[in-house]
Amino acid sequence: MTATPLAQDDPVLRLCNITKRFGALTANDGISFDLARGEVMALLGENGAGKTTLMNILFGHYSADDGSVEVFGQTLPPGQPGAALRAGVGMVHQHFTLADNMTVLDNILLGTESLWKFGLGRGAARARVAALSRDFGLEVDPDAVIAALSVGERQRVEILKALYRDARILILDEPTAVLTPQETDALFDTLRRAVALGLSVIFISHKLHEVMAISTRVLVLRHGRLVGAVATQDTDRHKLAEMMVGAEIIPPAPSKATPGVPLLMLNRVTTAGLRDVSLTLRAGQITGLAGVSGNGQGALADLLSGLAVPRAGTLEIAGDTVTDWTPRRAIAAGIGRIPEDRHKTGTIADFTLTENAILETYADIPNSRYGWMDWRGAEQRAEAIIAQYDIRCPGPGTRIRLLSGGNMQKLILGRVLEESPRVILANQPVRGLDIGAVTYVQNQLLNARDSGAAVLLISEDLDEILTLSDVIHVISEGRLSPAFPRGTMKPADLGQWMAGQGFEYAA
Amino acid sequence: MRLEAIANPTLARSIGLPVLALVATFVVGGMLAMLAGANPLLTFGLILKGAAGSKFALLETLNRATPLIFTGLAVAVAFRARLWNIGAEAQLYAGALVTILIGTKLALPGVVLIPLMGIGALVAGGLVLLGPVLLKTRLGVDEVVTTLLLNFIMLLVISMLLEGPLKDPMGMGWPKSEAIPRDARLPRLVEGLRLHWGFGIAILSAIVVWVIQTRTTLGYEIRAVGLNAAAARFAGIPVGKVMIKTALLSGGLAALAGFSEVAGLRGTLTLDLSPGFGYTGIVVAMLALLNPLGVVVSAIFVAGIFVGADGMSRAAEVPTYIADILLATALLFMVLAILLTKFRVLRG
Repeated sequence: MTATPLAQDDPVLRLCNITKRFGALTANDGISFDLARGEVMALLGENGAGKTTLMNILFGHYSADDGSVEVFGQTLPPGQPGAALRAGVGMVHQHFTLADNMTVLDNILLGTESLWKFGLGRGAARARVAALSRDFGLEVDPDAVIAALSVGERQRVEILKALYRDARILILDEPTAVLTPQETDALFDTLRRAVALGLSVIFISHKLHEVMAISTRVLVLRHGRLVGAVATQDTDRHKLAEMMVGAEIIPPAPSKATPGVPLLMLNRVTTAGLRDVSLTLRAGQITGLAGVSGNGQGALADLLSGLAVPRAGTLEIAGDTVTDWTPRRAIAAGIGRIPEDRHKTGTIADFTLTENAILETYADIPNSRYGWMDWRGAEQRAEAIIAQYDIRCPGPGTRIRLLSGGNMQKLILGRVLEESPRVILANQPVRGLDIGAVTYVQNQLLNARDSGAAVLLISEDLDEILTLSDVIHVISEGRLSPAFPRGTMKPADLGQWMAGQGFEYAA
Repeated sequence: MRLEAIANPTLARSIGLPVLALVATFVVGGMLAMLAGANPLLTFGLILKGAAGSKFALLETLNRATPLIFTGLAVAVAFRARLWNIGAEAQLYAGALVTILIGTKLALPGVVLIPLMGIGALVAGGLVLLGPVLLKTRLGVDEVVTTLLLNFIMLLVISMLLEGPLKDPMGMGWPKSEAIPRDARLPRLVEGLRLHWGFGIAILSAIVVWVIQTRTTLGYEIRAVGLNAAAARFAGIPVGKVMIKTALLSGGLAALAGFSEVAGLRGTLTLDLSPGFGYTGIVVAMLALLNPLGVVVSAIFVAGIFVGADGMSRAAEVPTYIADILLATALLFMVLAILLTKFRVLRG
């Protein structure tokens, strides 16, 4: 693979002074680092810190304005996707790139077959995949169809794909976002085996405890600059968080909740993605919903948002069973909804802040009267939200696509909270936000709770659920666990439920 | 080659590129004129003269622009909501048909007939588009296919009626309808000039559409649905109902083209009423970047090219097809220009 033999302690990957500008924005500003053989290096940084840009340069998707990338002592030609792959760098993306209708083996072979040779040599390939599975602890049935696999198994296939292509450097982008705690442990075991076999790993994450658990060295990016490079053993979560944000972080410390009357009740509801779910949301209480992504969280959110109706069972709000359930009814019933995807469902990218601020209330005074828009009234409302929720923007006439995720989320939060909702559905309210915005959003939810709202918090981040929730449910394959009061469950116990154990009683 | 999104295009980019597109159009058109053995500058000069060189030419251009403003508005309104109405031609003929039915079958004074014909056409056009839209919102049937095919169905229905029940007994066997009475024709905009009130109604319609889009909750709903239907639905905007309202408006506007051509210009219904005004409306709307006031300008531009090319071909012996080519080229370059205002091309 390499022309000149490398000494054992030469770096396997060297980035020299990488700089990339997008217009006025400098996404990467003179970043240099070496990756040694057999180390797990964590790349830590908030959203927009430049992690993704850096990896895109490494993979030739962007060409850097300045600087060079060396893999095993050879400089990669800039802007040529594939050069890094051929040089032995494998990437596991956050969103998998697998063909759902093909088997594991076919997916691994896809793109590696020679055009000029008949037959695929599947026998030899199968043996190699089996050997790789064994060596790296990546158990997966080579003949299973991808569609039938769990998310954790799919990730293993992605890693096998990289290893099959002789990757000596593995890059994992937020690999644990979709895993249960148990699956995360298994992934870490694989990574440890990989480095023991002389591979090198770059682990991109913003989850500090995972970075502490798996890495040997941490690089911290902030605003496109490398602001810290420390050995993991010489640092702690607190210091890393400070480096990431550039300021001290005070995590929210919820006071004790005073639960009130039930405001929303599901009685044995079944929908496209929910199976016989009963749930009570009480005033002045945050109910956390834990679970592995794609286990019915979306279905429950759709139901409370008004996008889905129960096939069986009833939805009661303040004691009344709802009928003719639509998003507009949900809003009228006092449900404030923070959607999972702020880009696709929460906002309209080419609308201004003003237009987005009135998305749910455009038909009401003061935003309009008798079908005529009152743009002055709407703009005043937007300005009030901008001021109260500290939204950083040039003005209410700015198109929302130009705002950062955090500011976009603040607008949605403001739009929802200004209506003083009795029930708040917060679906992944802090995903992809930087720490400052995370703390802000979480404190706002706690304030809403303290002023008597019933909050349903859906999150894939167990830490967040454990910190904020007064009561926790776990969702798995559309079924809901019993309610666990604060402090009664440890992460590992919840992990068991997330993996689907304990639900037998309901069958 | 890859595309990279531009967050905030500069003014130079968003105005300069469309202008460049028009320049490129005339460069290509000029080369074609040279291919036909004519001097390109002379050719364009003759087109300009034919389109606006005299009072008569200018009025002819505005007359030709009138149906294009209506169909252009129809398309602009629908496309704003991402309702791909390719059936303005069918809606135009539906409007013309109802205009003829009301105008020839009801024995009423002209002052009553004219508004009745206009309203009848408006309703008919809306109803013609309602079917495809209900199929789209209820069953997910692609409206591009249904609206496009309805054009042919409508033309065949008209053909059948003109050969049968609506055939003018005094028409010497030609497939044409009876004429609507003189007093039910749209009056001239200015006495003595060959420009009828259809043009005035078209301008008024453009202003009304502009007001609806920028000043009413319906306009807000239409834009929201067009830009992001998922977010609109989540926010409680009734997407299906908005689509239906958009369809009624769009179909109605296209039908007014039929009303205006019959009641303002022809007086009768024939199968050559529209030389593709419905389809050209798509070009008009795209060139106007779906802006209703821009539609007026682009309709006059397009009509000018057609009218001017007629005059030019007689003098310079360049086929009138050059008008179609110029429009097609303008559309292609304009689409490219719009893309390039939003994205920047990167090599590698």
